[in-house]
Amino acid sequence: MTNHWIDIQHSDVILIQGSNAAENHPISFKWVMRAREKGAKLIHVDPRFTRTSSKADFYAPLRSGTDIAFLGGMIKYIIENNKYFKDYVVNYTNASFLVNDKFDFNDGLFSGYDAGTRKYDKATWTIKKDAKGIAEKDPTLQDPRCVFQLLKKHYSRYDMETVSKITGTPVKDLQTVYEMYSSTGVPDRAGTVMYALGQTQHTSAVQNIRTLCMVQLLLGNIGICGGGVNAMRGEPNVQGSTDFAILSGYLPGYLAAPRASLPTLDDYVKKNTPKTSDPRSANWWQNYPKYATSLLKAWYGDNAKKDNDFGYSWVPKLDDGQDANILMMIDSMYEKKIKGLVCIAQNPACSLPNSNKVREGLSNLDWMVHVNIFNNETASFWKGPGIDPKKVKTEVFLLPAAASIEKQGSVANSGRWVQWKYEAAKAPGDCIYTGDIVVRIVSKLKELYKKDKKAAFPDPIMNLKWDYTDDKGRFDPVKVAKTTNGYFLEDLTIGDKTYKKGDNVPSFAMLQADGRTSSGCWISCGSFAQDGTNLMQRRKKDDPTGLGLYPQWSWAWPVNRRIIYNRASVDLNGKPYNPKRALLAWVDGKWVGDVPDGPWPPMADLEKGKYPFIMKPDGVSSLFGPGLGDGPFPEHYEPLEGPMEKNFLSSQLKNPVMKIFSGPCDKFSGCDPKYPFVMTTYSSTEHWCTGALTRWQSWLTEAQPQVYVEISEELAQLRGIKNGDKVKVESVRGSLPCVAMVTTRFRPFNCGGQTIHQVGMTYNYGWLFPEDCGDSCNQLTPTAGDANTGTPEYKAFMVNVSKV
Amino acid sequence: MSNGKSILVDTSLCTACRGCQVACKQWNNLPGTKTKQVGTYQNPQDLSSDTWKVVRFADGKKEDGKPYWYFFSEMCRHCIMPPCKLSIDMTVKDAVIQDEATGAVVYTEKTKKMPFKDVMCPYSIPRQNPKTKVLAKCTMCFDRIKNGMIPACVKSCPTSAMVFGDRNEILDMAKKRVADLKKTYPKAMAINPDDVRVIFIVTDDPNKYWKFAAGG
Repeated sequence: MTNHWIDIQHSDVILIQGSNAAENHPISFKWVMRAREKGAKLIHVDPRFTRTSSKADFYAPLRSGTDIAFLGGMIKYIIENNKYFKDYVVNYTNASFLVNDKFDFNDGLFSGYDAGTRKYDKATWTIKKDAKGIAEKDPTLQDPRCVFQLLKKHYSRYDMETVSKITGTPVKDLQTVYEMYSSTGVPDRAGTVMYALGQTQHTSAVQNIRTLCMVQLLLGNIGICGGGVNAMRGEPNVQGSTDFAILSGYLPGYLAAPRASLPTLDDYVKKNTPKTSDPRSANWWQNYPKYATSLLKAWYGDNAKKDNDFGYSWVPKLDDGQDANILMMIDSMYEKKIKGLVCIAQNPACSLPNSNKVREGLSNLDWMVHVNIFNNETASFWKGPGIDPKKVKTEVFLLPAAASIEKQGSVANSGRWVQWKYEAAKAPGDCIYTGDIVVRIVSKLKELYKKDKKAAFPDPIMNLKWDYTDDKGRFDPVKVAKTTNGYFLEDLTIGDKTYKKGDNVPSFAMLQADGRTSSGCWISCGSFAQDGTNLMQRRKKDDPTGLGLYPQWSWAWPVNRRIIYNRASVDLNGKPYNPKRALLAWVDGKWVGDVPDGPWPPMADLEKGKYPFIMKPDGVSSLFGPGLGDGPFPEHYEPLEGPMEKNFLSSQLKNPVMKIFSGPCDKFSGCDPKYPFVMTTYSSTEHWCTGALTRWQSWLTEAQPQVYVEISEELAQLRGIKNGDKVKVESVRGSLPCVAMVTTRFRPFNCGGQTIHQVGMTYNYGWLFPEDCGDSCNQLTPTAGDANTGTPEYKAFMVNVSKV
Repeated sequence: MSNGKSILVDTSLCTACRGCQVACKQWNNLPGTKTKQVGTYQNPQDLSSDTWKVVRFADGKKEDGKPYWYFFSEMCRHCIMPPCKLSIDMTVKDAVIQDEATGAVVYTEKTKKMPFKDVMCPYSIPRQNPKTKVLAKCTMCFDRIKNGMIPACVKSCPTSAMVFGDRNEILDMAKKRVADLKKTYPKAMAINPDDVRVIFIVTDDPNKYWKFAAGG
């Protein structure tokens, strides 16, 4: 989240699109309802009428996989009806920047596309620079080559009639949503966007979210109280897991994973450190080398030295062009290229798409170490339905782990608040911290490598600094957290302050590129004070701004800033655009309010002022965003499996750069009459993810006992299905028996005269327990992922539903 | 003078997360019963001697053709003049206690002597344990209240759809809330606030929520 949970209460219009927040993030609705009580309007856009829709002032249906069309129409509406916040757009976005004359867009493709490699050459996706290397601009936004005009042209094609034909949303509903939401494009109103996996689990996922961001930027809704682009993270610490590089392309703190073609630390930081010639851009990522070196120092300690590149050569490298996302991992397992798997707190045999392929992939492993608090369908895959245990060679080790409430440590919530928690109870029996398991495995590895003189490349293990245990040899979460924060490794004077060797680094602004500091994750730097006080433990309820920022409750990254890009909430003179909710103000030569995004004076100070979007090299936010693989402006494409024979916006039907898997398990259906219905999958309030934790809880299985498919009354009539009937749901990849729930909450879509039925299922079930609950709906889902991140497309694919 | 306690259940704020349904079972040591998916989110299908709080789900179509989904977090209303107590008193003395401080209506084991068919309740709340024949229903968590805690269901509610407090304050709150809701939902009303301690606020015809929502 750019903002945080409590801040939702300050919104005037809340747009929930791609999230069923009431069901999957119940506590968010405390703040949504509080905003509504103060007069806010709630809009829900979703294929299915859910518990979230039931609380909305306005509900608009849309067919799964058409968010960009829906939001592209909103961009057109905002621009053509002059609803955008002009000052903000001119000063804080790249709307005025002039784009390379050779950049072009034609019939669904941007310039530079190579159909053979399914990739773009992005050479023309650039901003024109003057002789000094500074972006050329037209602040009047009239130049036909400025971002604003190109944006206007791009989305001029997204008229409401065309959008409606794609999304199935009635034109009058589009009109209502666009009007309601764009009412926030004024200084004294705020609109927030709440989204979740309904945006991210598509082949155009990142572009979905970019479109939401662009809407928010046009309306001046980012960096302000009650605004923002707010991801409802999927579990209590999923923010923490991404901060610490759970995704394959990253190192902790969102540093890039090194590549084989970057053999030295210098190559690596040069490649990843953005440059700017504009003296008014803070270009915060210029500090990349400091964060990279400090990370290596945290990992390898004294073994990381300047003359050995701080141990950079010990870090595993991805091959150039290699994508190691989870779909690729399963594919490699299926292809027998991966021999062992350590699976911690996950249930991929139920949670990953095309689970029959996943289960087959698992049976190709030599061994699997599974760490969990319960047995699940992954640990027991070898005795699952249709699998003969005698034919499975995989040796499985199931290690009992302590549950989250049985552990001390930090949890980062969606609002980036990192809160320290205590052990609420001792873990039962042999269950231990996952951290203890990792500590023991690595210690054993060190021992084995030490003994074996012929061991290949022992350096990465032997050089690892490994001092995370207490005096009894147990995993010590405080030691890990302090290493994560970072230390001064020598006495160091910065400005007029001196720090002693062994002090915690109190802010990432003090990290060094020369090995004199360490930090295991630069964004966490500052979670401990210099004297070692754990700021994540703070529980003070002081609220100096009256806006619910609670700056002394826990600690938020970065540097306890509660709303990021907050200098975009003020005008060029540092005056809050919205004095009623003044997040930040420049008063008597200093900033008052939230922790500002940098100490510099307001932009009106032409010498010292800096642009507010400090993480972008140009200092402003990107309406034109050349960083992604599938285009600088989001463009609507149909899902990999969809019901439409054509794309009403271009002749490019599918995302042109997404990876297409082609193994024997990877079958896909197009507009196949055998699989005529759009399916989407989701979770419920009562179960958590695949139900691996919640299906063992009788009060929860009582409330949601068995797998079901939700279908409309119209589809039920078409297929002769009655509410509660047993039915079979099939895709080209698998088939699943379940119970039909016939409801008014799904309705057929009218897409350009074509009637399209959509159905939906939860992924909360698995064959192991309870015995009659049914199996995972991921037997049906395709191995297809977002063009940029590989996040699986669970939300839109094709099935059939028939009575059994 | 104290007017006892009350609970406000504002269905306009309820998201049917069923935290209350689960919290009730947890505090009262009630088992999860074996259920089946029969084509609704509502489960268990009804109250029972093992289920004293159940969230009822009702979906349908509004006049404009768009769906509605109403939630009704069903529980004993703890009537001011409880018909169940009156009817049971006629057969078994002292089987039902009406707690003086809170007004909570609480069943004792003596209710097992009461023929179940003769128990009167306009809201169809009491259930009989099939084995012990003891009657069962919500106690308002009066054991928690006596110890300075609020009822378990109220405690679990993430949106403050349920509020517990002194009856006079709750009655005021209900009045204000209904007046506020009427601006958006002309049919908004509190259900029988003068007769019951557990006061439901609805924004549409109570019968669309549940046939006994306003009493039968």
